Amino acid sequence: MVMGVPARDHRGIPKSNDPSTTTKTTAAETSLDSCTSGPWSRNRWEGSWSHGRRRRHHPLQGLRRSSENRVLAGICGGLAQRTGIDVTLLRIGFVALGLMSGFPVLIYAAMWLVVPLDKETTNIFSRAVNDRRGLRLFIAVIPVVVVAQIVISLLHIGFIGIVGWPVFLAAGLTILIWRNASEPERVWINDDVAPMLSLGTERQGRAKLMLRAGAGVLLGAGGIVVLIIGHTTAAALRPIGGALLIIAAIVVIFGPWWVSLVRDLMSERQARALAEERAQMAAHVHDSVLQTLALIQRSSDDPRQVVRLARGQERELRAWLFEGRPPGTIGDEATTLSEGVGLLQRQVEDDHGVTVQVVMVGECALTDGLRALLDAAREATVNAAKWSGAPQVSLYAEVERDVVMLFVRDRGRGFDPDRVPSDRQGIAQSIRARMARYGGTVAIRSSSGEGTEVELSMPNSAASPERTPASR
Amino acid sequence: MSEPARPRIFLVEDHAVFRAGVRAELGDAVEVVGEADEVGPAIEMINERVPHVVLLDVHLPGGGGQAVLRGVLPLHPGVRFLALSVSDAPEDVIAVIRAGARGYITKTISGGELLQAVYRVGAGDAVFSPRLAGFVLDAFSQGTATGTVTSGRDPELDQLSPREGQVLRLIARGYTYKEVARDLTISVKTVESHVSSVLRKLQLSTRHELTRWATDRRLV
Repeated sequence: MVMGVPARDHRGIPKSNDPSTTTKTTAAETSLDSCTSGPWSRNRWEGSWSHGRRRRHHPLQGLRRSSENRVLAGICGGLAQRTGIDVTLLRIGFVALGLMSGFPVLIYAAMWLVVPLDKETTNIFSRAVNDRRGLRLFIAVIPVVVVAQIVISLLHIGFIGIVGWPVFLAAGLTILIWRNASEPERVWINDDVAPMLSLGTERQGRAKLMLRAGAGVLLGAGGIVVLIIGHTTAAALRPIGGALLIIAAIVVIFGPWWVSLVRDLMSERQARALAEERAQMAAHVHDSVLQTLALIQRSSDDPRQVVRLARGQERELRAWLFEGRPPGTIGDEATTLSEGVGLLQRQVEDDHGVTVQVVMVGECALTDGLRALLDAAREATVNAAKWSGAPQVSLYAEVERDVVMLFVRDRGRGFDPDRVPSDRQGIAQSIRARMARYGGTVAIRSSSGEGTEVELSMPNSAASPERTPASR
Repeated sequence: MSEPARPRIFLVEDHAVFRAGVRAELGDAVEVVGEADEVGPAIEMINERVPHVVLLDVHLPGGGGQAVLRGVLPLHPGVRFLALSVSDAPEDVIAVIRAGARGYITKTISGGELLQAVYRVGAGDAVFSPRLAGFVLDAFSQGTATGTVTSGRDPELDQLSPREGQVLRLIARGYTYKEVARDLTISVKTVESHVSSVLRKLQLSTRHELTRWATDRRLV
């Protein structure tokens, strides 16, 4: 059974020199992976097909957003497939019309909400109607639109007035879209939006800060210029006073509600952070305590081994609880990838009595992402050692220009990745989630009797690979 | 294989225990025509008995595995050498390959795999362990990152074709030739010819890394 096999495996590992290509592939893989393992599995698919066949009276009835041919929501891709018009033409048309009136933007957002993705049967809207907080947020946007519209009409900036309100409403709709998109689509949107959001997060570089400040100053200056050019006399500024009054009124009426919404959002964010923390903790506990307990059960006839395992685990747990050093991770003792891999090799060989054959090409310094990669690799290696029954596990790591690839392969009994219960922590938390947190991807190929290969790939933008001549 | 059912093999290895182990593992599948534990006697006996395949320890008292290769190949170019090592250091492995060995395997290899490697080398193909594939990838990727540092006699020899790169990567990941063939949807024969062509490049290329690894060893 092959699962989430990206096209690249038949070509070997692509030596891509174009970072954008690589990220696109990775994003697609991620969504593909979660499609297969997530709740959007086969029966829903089949449902979608029969559904589409039953009623196709309306030309747009069977319209699906394209999950492959997409820039934003995949609507142009879907329309192109449906109508046979060239997708680039459609896209240019949408953008051109959008610049003229703003309505197409609103239509686009509405279609995003209503037209289901080609792999799903339900559209986002059907989920959004039950999302009370999302609806409240959307309604909260309407007064903002009204205020903006009043200001704009008073300033006689007709063009922005025409383009403005559909765009504002469309922006409101994106709240509903974001909150109710299915998990694969969310990952996908996240990948596209993340670079933009990183402009606003605390971890921004100097360059980004300057960029933001520059953009702000430009916009502000532009606004002042428009005001001065549009209103040469002081008398003409009088309507602005009226507008301010209306704005004040709206703020007084809706203000408290907005504040409560923001507070809600913040508490929701905290809850999410807490959940993530819990997931990380579960992954740690799984990698250390649960693994050790399993080992102890297996070696119950060897009391000395049991004592040794228990001691080691106790030491690790103490270090975690009282010194804050997470167990089952590659800590500070390794600073380069090859050191980390060597450490992993020794640990797994010591604990599990298998041979780990390491082949490495290239070398680079360890980043947080690469540490996560090594943790996931260790979990994969331990799994192979524990379950595959093979005496040897192969580990191959290669540092490429902007990605580090790592393969863990055994020739053991193999398993069906679809049959692993979803509550089992190993693959879901310790490998997939761990990699996903740093933007990495996972593909697992396994077939009964032929062994398993886990492919891990982690973007490595921080350090350019430095090659050491004496590779290990 | 085109070779006779029982290839004649010769063991050059200074550990008697290991020699006995190899003999036992290969069993009746091969005919062991002789054993030697030093360079001088090894050259003499191989030149006299002309086996199909010589299993050659890289670390040999009296000049190392290369000395044996240099003593035999000019007289009997048809004798194929399969290098065995525990060290896995690139300078050891690359030096013995450049001196003319057709393959390299680690001593931890299982009996079945050893036999297959012997057959493969006997048939004139190359045998790459995952580790050797890793060395080759490392050596050939150097120049692309830093600008080629070779005398450039034949640029073809100094780089891997994309397909050769793919084959080596899969071997480095622990795939067998059969699995490589299936994964790339090519025949095992094609995989073998890619690997042989990589071996040729490995022996003839003037790439800085390769020559340095090779000469480092000779100085020791």
